[in-house]
Amino acid sequence: MTGTGTSAGTLIIGNCQAGVQLACSLRELGDTDPIVLVGEEPHAPYQRPPLSKAFLKGEVTADSLTFRTHEFYRERNIELVTRERIVSVTRDGDGSGGTAVAESGRRFEFARLALTTGAVPRQIPFDGSELEGVSYLRTATDAAQLQQGLAAARNVVVVGGGFIGLEVAAGARAAGLTVTVLEAAPRLVGRAVSEQTSEFYLQAHRRRGIRVVLNAQVARFLGEHDRVTGVELGDGTVVPADVVLIGVGVIPRTELAEQLGLALDNGIVVDGTALCSDGLTVAAGDCANLPNPSITPGGVARLRLESVQNAVEQAKIAAATLLSLPAAYSTVPWFWSDQADLKLQIAGLSGGHDQIVLRGEPDSETFSVLYYRAGQLIAADCINKPLDFIAARGALHHGQNVPADLAGDVTIPLKKLVSAVPALAGK
Amino acid sequence: MPSVTYISASGSETAVAGFAGDSVMETAVRNGIPGIVAECGGSLSCATCHVFVCADSVFSPMEDLEDAMLDGTAIDREENSRLSCQLRLSDADIRVTTPETQV
Repeated sequence: MTGTGTSAGTLIIGNCQAGVQLACSLRELGDTDPIVLVGEEPHAPYQRPPLSKAFLKGEVTADSLTFRTHEFYRERNIELVTRERIVSVTRDGDGSGGTAVAESGRRFEFARLALTTGAVPRQIPFDGSELEGVSYLRTATDAAQLQQGLAAARNVVVVGGGFIGLEVAAGARAAGLTVTVLEAAPRLVGRAVSEQTSEFYLQAHRRRGIRVVLNAQVARFLGEHDRVTGVELGDGTVVPADVVLIGVGVIPRTELAEQLGLALDNGIVVDGTALCSDGLTVAAGDCANLPNPSITPGGVARLRLESVQNAVEQAKIAAATLLSLPAAYSTVPWFWSDQADLKLQIAGLSGGHDQIVLRGEPDSETFSVLYYRAGQLIAADCINKPLDFIAARGALHHGQNVPADLAGDVTIPLKKLVSAVPALAGK
Repeated sequence: MPSVTYISASGSETAVAGFAGDSVMETAVRNGIPGIVAECGGSLSCATCHVFVCADSVFSPMEDLEDAMLDGTAIDREENSRLSCQLRLSDADIRVTTPETQV
C-alpha cells in the first residue's frame, strides 16, 4: 500500500456529497490507508441543494456551501484533488487494484475504487440551445451564471416543471420577474408526487403569478445576436425570454463504470451493500441504481434516488463494504424542495400506493398527503407541515403506522396518531 | 474569531474556531464534528442538528418554525434545545452539547 509518488489506497471518483461522506466514513471506521478524492470541478466539494434556492437569492455564497475545510481533509489525510476529470479507469488482471487516468494525463493508482460520479442534466437538442441565456443547473458554476442572468432579466422561461425548475421559477417570481413554466407532461413534478400534490403546486404557483403551461411542446429557442429572446412553442406562439432554464431531469454518469464492464441499468447497478457487479467496486449517490430500501414491502424492486439522504446513507454503506464490514440501509428516504414560501418535505417512497389520505386543505397551503399500501403508511408529502413530516418519517423509520381512517383529522397531531398504534406485524 | 465548543453526549469536548455570521451547524459540519448530522444543510427541513445550548452561551430567540421542528427531534427537546442551523455566531465564545443521536 505504500509507494513513492503515487500511493495506492482508496480512490473515490466524484467530489460530491457521496464522495465526501465516503472518505469521512472510511476514516471514522478506522481506515488508515491513503484516500484520494478526485473530481473535475474547481471547488472543494459543496452542497448542491441551495444552488436552486438560497444561492440564487444571494443569501449564501459558493464558499459558504463548502462541506469541509481544507484543514479537515489535511488532518484526516484525505487528499482532495480538484480540476481533474477522470477519463479512463482500468483494473489489473487479478482485480486487486488498478489505475485511473485524468484528462490531463495524471494517473491515480488504487487498491480500492469507489464511484460517486453523480449525474448530469438531461440535455434537449432544441434549435437554439447554444444561445447565451439558455442554461442548465447542476454545479456552482452553473448557478453563478444563472444568478447573473436573472439579475439582468425581466422574462424568465423554465423548461420542465420538476423540483429544480419550480424552485428557480418561484424564486424568480418572488423577485418580481415574469415567469413562465413549460411542462411537457399533463402535470407538474409528475415523477415524484401524486396528482393531488401536482394540482396543488399548479394552483399555488399560478396564485403567485407564474404562468404554467402543461402539455407544452417546445419547438425551438429564438435569439438575436447570439442571445436568447424567446421560446417558440409547437403551436407557433412565442414566449419572450431573457433567461431560459432547462430542468428536465438528470442522467447518471456511468462512462467509467462501463469501461470497467460493470452492470448498468438506469445507473450503476449495486446491491444492498453498495457493491457493483464485479464484486470489487462500490458506487453511491445519484449514479447508483439500488434495491428499493423501503422498510415497507412492495413498490418497485430497484431505483435510483437523487437526494442528500441517499447519497449520505449509501456512502456510509459503501465505506463499510470497502473495509469488509457489515452495513445495511437503515434510514428512510426523504426529500425536500423549497419553492419560495412553499416548503415541501417528502418522507418515504410513494410508488405502489393504493390509497391516499389528505390531511388538511390544499388551498390553505398547509397540508399533507399520506400514501398507503394495504393499509400501511408508506410515504407522505408535507407542504408547510414540518411536524407531519417529522412524525411520518419517524413512523416509517420505526416500522409503525398511522391508521388511514384517523390520519385526516388535523385536530390531532400526527405524532399522537403514530404513537397510539403499535408496529404492524409482518414488516 | 469566536471559539465554539461541542460537548458530546458522553462528555468529550472539541473546540474549533468559528467565524462571526456562520451558524453553529455550519461550523460543526465543516470541521467534521460528530453528533450533528444536518442533512438539509440549514434549510429547517430535517431537525438533525439539534443541540443543547450551555447556560453561558447566548443566541437570538427562536422563531416559530424552529420551535415546531424541535418537537420532532430524535432525542426529546429540553428547555435549552435549539436547532444549530439557526444559531448565528457573534464574536462571543459558545458552548453546546450534542444529543446522543439525531435520527
